[in-house]
Amino acid sequence: MTDARAVPSAHPPEASAARARRWGAFYYAEQVLRVMKGYTWSILMYSVGQPVAYLFAMGVGLASLVDTGSVAFGGVSYLAFIAPALLVSAAVMTAANEFTFPVMAGFKWRRTYFGPHASPLTPGQIAAGHIMAVTLRLLLQSAIYFAAVALFGASPSGWGWAGVFAATLAGLAFGLPLMAYSASITEDKGQFALVMRFIVMPLFLFSGTFFPLDNLPLAVRWIGWISPIWHGTELGRVLSFGYGEPPLLTALHVAVLCGLAVLGWNLTRRRFARRMGQ
Amino acid sequence: MSTAASGTGQRTAPDEARNRTFGALYSRNARAVISRGLMATRSTNWLVMVSGFFEPVLFLVSMGVGLGAIVGDVQGPDGTPISYAAYIAPALLAVSAMNGAVYDSTWNVFFKMNFAKLYQGMLYTSLGPLDVALGEIFLALLRGMLYATGFTAVMGALGLITTAWALLMIPASVLIAFGFASLGMGITSFLKTFQQMDWINFILLPMFLFSATFYPLSVYPGPIQWLIQAMPLWHGVELLRQISVGSFTAATPLHIGYYLAMTAVGMLLTTLRLRSLFLK
Amino acid sequence: MRRVHNEAILPSGTRSGSPPSRPAVITAEDLTKTYGDVAAVDGISFTVMAGESFGLLGPNGAGKSTTMKMIGGVTRRTSGRLSTMGLDPDTHGPEVRAHLGVVPQQDNLDEELRVRDNLLVYGRYFGLAMSYLKPKADELLEFAQLTDKARAKVDALSGGMKRRLTIARSLINEPRILLLDEPTTGLDPQARHILWDRLFRLKEQGVTLILTTHYMDEAEQLCDRLIVVDKGRIMAEGSPAQLIREHSTREVVELRFGSERNATIGSRLSGIGERLEVLPDRVLLYADDGESALEEATSRGLRPLTSLVRRSSLEDVFLRLTGRSLVD
Repeated sequence: MTDARAVPSAHPPEASAARARRWGAFYYAEQVLRVMKGYTWSILMYSVGQPVAYLFAMGVGLASLVDTGSVAFGGVSYLAFIAPALLVSAAVMTAANEFTFPVMAGFKWRRTYFGPHASPLTPGQIAAGHIMAVTLRLLLQSAIYFAAVALFGASPSGWGWAGVFAATLAGLAFGLPLMAYSASITEDKGQFALVMRFIVMPLFLFSGTFFPLDNLPLAVRWIGWISPIWHGTELGRVLSFGYGEPPLLTALHVAVLCGLAVLGWNLTRRRFARRMGQ
Repeated sequence: MSTAASGTGQRTAPDEARNRTFGALYSRNARAVISRGLMATRSTNWLVMVSGFFEPVLFLVSMGVGLGAIVGDVQGPDGTPISYAAYIAPALLAVSAMNGAVYDSTWNVFFKMNFAKLYQGMLYTSLGPLDVALGEIFLALLRGMLYATGFTAVMGALGLITTAWALLMIPASVLIAFGFASLGMGITSFLKTFQQMDWINFILLPMFLFSATFYPLSVYPGPIQWLIQAMPLWHGVELLRQISVGSFTAATPLHIGYYLAMTAVGMLLTTLRLRSLFLK
Repeated sequence: MRRVHNEAILPSGTRSGSPPSRPAVITAEDLTKTYGDVAAVDGISFTVMAGESFGLLGPNGAGKSTTMKMIGGVTRRTSGRLSTMGLDPDTHGPEVRAHLGVVPQQDNLDEELRVRDNLLVYGRYFGLAMSYLKPKADELLEFAQLTDKARAKVDALSGGMKRRLTIARSLINEPRILLLDEPTTGLDPQARHILWDRLFRLKEQGVTLILTTHYMDEAEQLCDRLIVVDKGRIMAEGSPAQLIREHSTREVVELRFGSERNATIGSRLSGIGERLEVLPDRVLLYADDGESALEEATSRGLRPLTSLVRRSSLEDVFLRLTGRSLVD
């Protein structure tokens, strides 16, 4: 096609390939973000409305029933005690949504992953792009959430803002192993409903969110120990009001969260490569 | 010619349909829709079915045990103190009835209509839209009743039931579900996209959190109390809470009346909107 | 099995002739793909020249789509040699795909984006700048007759429109090779003819087309050369006209005697034409001169309920080579 035309011609395939090898993950992240843009209002309403509703209901309403400032709550108000937990739980629930249904849509319902797969992008880049876009959403949502927490005066320490990253990390620690699982599902038998009800919900309710984990009998306390929500929440509490726990335990929280996220990312890459290479 | 038949006074099936109330909408065969629904449950994942029952139970165990240890006893509907678990259990049952009914009449109907195209197939037969709507609502209520029975049994096992009146929570939660299901289906008829479906959650979440579910209404200033009292879930929570201890007041018939009215309005709206809901 | 590898490609119908010495863009030798014990592609070899329009024809499950995927490097081959634009797709997937435009069997447009945004986003995967993509997207929408749908949501498009959009999308990087996997399956006749017209134009511009199809008329319309694939193997190769010449006769006579009588009458037709095929609903006579074959049949005192003399088509070749029983 050497005929003269109004539009400039594309750069040569070699240039396409070189750029895709380098920036491919970002190109796919751009696509996911464009899709999210269609849901801007839902995302904003959710990001702002949910924290305000929860902080009011639990932090103000429920607080009237509990003994504010008791030792059980680390010496701070009930609102300040649950704020980091709500921040982390919201991030984990968003991650649970973003790494399930859209992944299934990508492979099966809408087959959106297979479009870029026919371009120079590799499966690993497609996975990475999806993860990057969701990470950005988690950061944004957690930042808005934290702003609400701060307005409620529920973040006494100057380090509270770092809870935004703790929440995002917790979201990835839970979401990425789940993403690997989502990528392995070939037939929809309601698995996601089961994940939400038998995994996400118990983790939310038994992770020391509304009360210290020690209040639960040992029979269910272990749920907290393996829960990214608990590790994220405790980390958030240390940052937000200097929750008294051994520094080693704090380091363990970070290690568990990072470990789960890295493990999940690796599994996801492998799943994506195998599923798309068929 | 068909004029011969009608001339002799014999009435053909279409004639009968024409003279029936809601002839175009209803063929008195919701049974067919119900039996299809029951047949379909055989091939669905039973774990998913069972999982719906666990959600309120998990909330009850977590909040009732974990938080209950901190909160201690609270004032019950009849003024005597009860455990925190006994206080929130009826509220969680009301929330579960609401969530289940709303899910079945909104997301479920929306999906079957716009994606599975299930209703289009049904409406090519002699079924009318009202048969479909009644069938779906019946199925939702049946499921709600099973969950309510299970939850009441769990309450009994945890020692949270002290009176035989509490068994009435089962029919009462079916009434609550009926109100939400009929109104939910009417509202679904106005919605067209997934984004709009999201709005339903924006209404349910605050209702769940603020309707005296976890703490008494007296926490709020006056005007906010009135606002919450205008919302349906609060009436359900109060009704079930009263039934759970067998303590009834002048407000009891008001709560029941609220749901009867809500069901009537919902069914009227659904019937009026059925054409646009199913025959678009 | 006969191979007609480097024989000159004969123009058939209205197609223009092809210059003889063009470089090969794809070469496959003994290409094999197995899934577990099942060989989806079982040792096939072919060469596609630049600018030619090459077809893979075969029933469902013949291995056509798998072959296409291996060409783009989105599926690894089990064994054999394969080169696309001189590169091994298994090791240079991104480089190979940068040369290609791909139209998959199932549309995988992003239904949550608008029509024009689908093109822009796809172009970004090739690292193309927005300053190039915006005018290019408009040009492609014009080409696909979708200009007035630019701002529409994808799920509001008809099947034919989605297919045209998928083709427009595959052209965003100005590929020199276009892979089309059953491009017109499921479309109505109007939509098919519009698509064919667009594909002709691309061919005229020198784009190499590689397409799979199980529509015989489509293969005859679009392909300079094709291979007939069945159960992962090549059954025949050549231009449509060549294949018809080699595996069928010039004309076919279709006779119907009624379902009961076709079988019994079949024996009385033997000797007429080159070959006879008795089917439950009709009898087929393969002959170079159909009219005289029909005359001979009637001269034997046979009176068919209906008779039809037609030119032999690729369908006859296809059914001869791959059999008449259902594949799946």
